[in-house]
Amino acid sequence: MDDVVLQTVTLMLLPFIQTYGIYIMVNGHLTPGGGFAGGAVLGISLILYALTFHVDEAAKVYPRRKAEALESLGALVFIFIGLLGVLGGAAFLTNNTSFLSGQAGTLLGGGFILPVTVAVGLKVASTVVTLFFHLLEEEKR
Amino acid sequence: MDMIELFHVMLLSFLIVCALAVAHLRDLLSAVIVFAAYSLIMAIVWQQLNAPDIAMTEAAMGAGITTLLFMVTISKTRRREQ
Repeated sequence: MDDVVLQTVTLMLLPFIQTYGIYIMVNGHLTPGGGFAGGAVLGISLILYALTFHVDEAAKVYPRRKAEALESLGALVFIFIGLLGVLGGAAFLTNNTSFLSGQAGTLLGGGFILPVTVAVGLKVASTVVTLFFHLLEEEKR
Repeated sequence: MDMIELFHVMLLSFLIVCALAVAHLRDLLSAVIVFAAYSLIMAIVWQQLNAPDIAMTEAAMGAGITTLLFMVTISKTRRREQ
């Protein structure tokens, strides 16, 4: 598929889709949405790129090894932040508002929620892309 | 019947029509596209039920990723149901 209109429109739309995904992800503790919804939107933007250009072209921008590494990294960051609460003598994922202690209701006022949401978003985005690549490359083996 | 009730009746009837069409279509590619429309209507219904979080996820997962994965599956197999 080498449709010029499709490729140009995709290149124009991609930054907006990705900004929206990151917005949903980062504002997870303030507005509806969060790590899962934002990560899904981010993953869809990468799949859109793979569909309009070629899958091999997309694999150059976003290699499968990197996607799998990011997936594991998201899970590890989530578990690490959860264990920080256990180390402090409380339950798993206990929030500590002395980290990122902005005014409540602002972006930097949620304690551990912001890093946890970003970790979940990274994991969901890479999982979606990995799922797509795996399904496409099923036949080649 | 006021305006918002009419809107809800329209949404729900379109939802039922989409669901029946997905079940009855023999062309699987058309069925997938109608299913994406179903997800989009469902997202608006979630929003009307005061669940914007679920609406966002439904729009991203139902209309986006499910459609894509179904399309890849169709391109791997046949397009027509036998």
